[in-house]
Amino acid sequence: MSQWTKHDLLGLDDLTKEEIELVLETAKSFKEVSTRDVKKVPALRGKTIVLLFFEASTRTRTSFELAAKRLSADTINISPSTSAISKGESILDTGKNLEAMNVDAIIVRHSSSGVPKILSDNLKASIINAGDGCREHPTQALLDLFTIKEKLGRIEGLNVGIVGDILHSRVARSNIWGLKKMGANVTVCGPSTLMPRGIEECGVKVSHNLSEVIKTSDVLMVLRLQLERMQDKFLPSVREYAKIFGVNKEKLKHAKKDIVIMHPGPTNRGVELSAEVADGEYSVILDQVTNGIAVRMATLYLLLGTKEGN
Amino acid sequence: MTNNSKIMDKENVGRALMRIAHEILEKNRGTENLCLVGIRTRGAVLAERINECIRQIEGSPLAIGILDITLYRDDLTLVSTQPVIHETSISFDITGKKIVLVDDVLFTGRTIRAALDALIDFGRPASIQLAVLIDRGHRELPIRADYVGKNIPTALDQNVKVILKETDSEEDQVIIKSRAL
Repeated sequence: MSQWTKHDLLGLDDLTKEEIELVLETAKSFKEVSTRDVKKVPALRGKTIVLLFFEASTRTRTSFELAAKRLSADTINISPSTSAISKGESILDTGKNLEAMNVDAIIVRHSSSGVPKILSDNLKASIINAGDGCREHPTQALLDLFTIKEKLGRIEGLNVGIVGDILHSRVARSNIWGLKKMGANVTVCGPSTLMPRGIEECGVKVSHNLSEVIKTSDVLMVLRLQLERMQDKFLPSVREYAKIFGVNKEKLKHAKKDIVIMHPGPTNRGVELSAEVADGEYSVILDQVTNGIAVRMATLYLLLGTKEGN
Repeated sequence: MTNNSKIMDKENVGRALMRIAHEILEKNRGTENLCLVGIRTRGAVLAERINECIRQIEGSPLAIGILDITLYRDDLTLVSTQPVIHETSISFDITGKKIVLVDDVLFTGRTIRAALDALIDFGRPASIQLAVLIDRGHRELPIRADYVGKNIPTALDQNVKVILKETDSEEDQVIIKSRAL
């Protein structure tokens, strides 16, 4: 198996197929740790990990924090509203100050694309991207890949439909890189106002017909409508969007009988996904959350577990 | 250049494992509450083999688990590339059980220290015993084996290699590799 040489995790764009496979394989072993009575192993004892989240998050932040704690690392949470960032300190200064306190890794989420890259260019600590603007959310894509492999046994050759707000979705971008590298056929589907121009160049098919996409898909990734990023008018109304691009039981009538429905959360129930489908037999939404911890443990272990990783 | 000398062949390995199985049963007065846990990779194979011997003697095998100790290693931050992690699978509750830990070679004792820590995270066994195919000396920790296939005095710069059919697709044997003078 290939060796891990990366110092940071900025996106799946930077990873090779072999590196993705190594993360997935390592995560498989970590999944067992969370099922024990004592959910802790000493692998990262003495390491300090900072969670620097400039955007709201429940799942990703909790998941990273649990992953770090289950590896025995110490974690610190910094939120902009209660830190010096609210006094006007620049992100780089914050990073340098954290580094002066000898932290080993910084997990960062920011509304601007490229912030993790700026930190990684200037700091010695390992930088892990927990979502930067509309660019990438690598650990989400890795946990999605892990979940697909767990449910269907493979990724290569599968037809994966990604539905919804492709334009604003870093989850979609990371997944497109990851799925293409692993050999899946990807179709993106959504209203043309939420479809980035030139997306075909990433090697994906574009469709505006949800029913057609559902018919051929082995996996359907439903994305959240990111209303907080829509300063302009992208949609006539949320209701119309739900009617045309919302996934519900009726639209799944012609789906393959073992279709896997995924959603990165948080779900707008009744908008992109009906409650029936979100809680239904095809949904693996909560498996994704469980697998998220294992995948993030694997990522932290690979980045920080050894001397080279520092 | 290295010199290889074969110190155990297939028959020797088989007899040693059968004797260890008898010793385990003798010391524990039967199979009650007894289970085996093999340390990946070769310890797990040896645990399976010992379990097969016990099945032949007693008629039924013991509960068996596999332990991956990578995450408990004390040199994890000293090695430069990550060791690949494999799954630990212990499907039974170890609390109150008499556990026989199985490994191929006992050397510094650090692997066993890690295995003990890992086991304790799974519960509180009644006792933990240790069975190894080879004890080559040079302990760095106060650890000893309860069951030993063969004691082999070695020099520190020698390398003891246990070769098993299941993991190496070669006939069972134990080899000492030493640098030629």
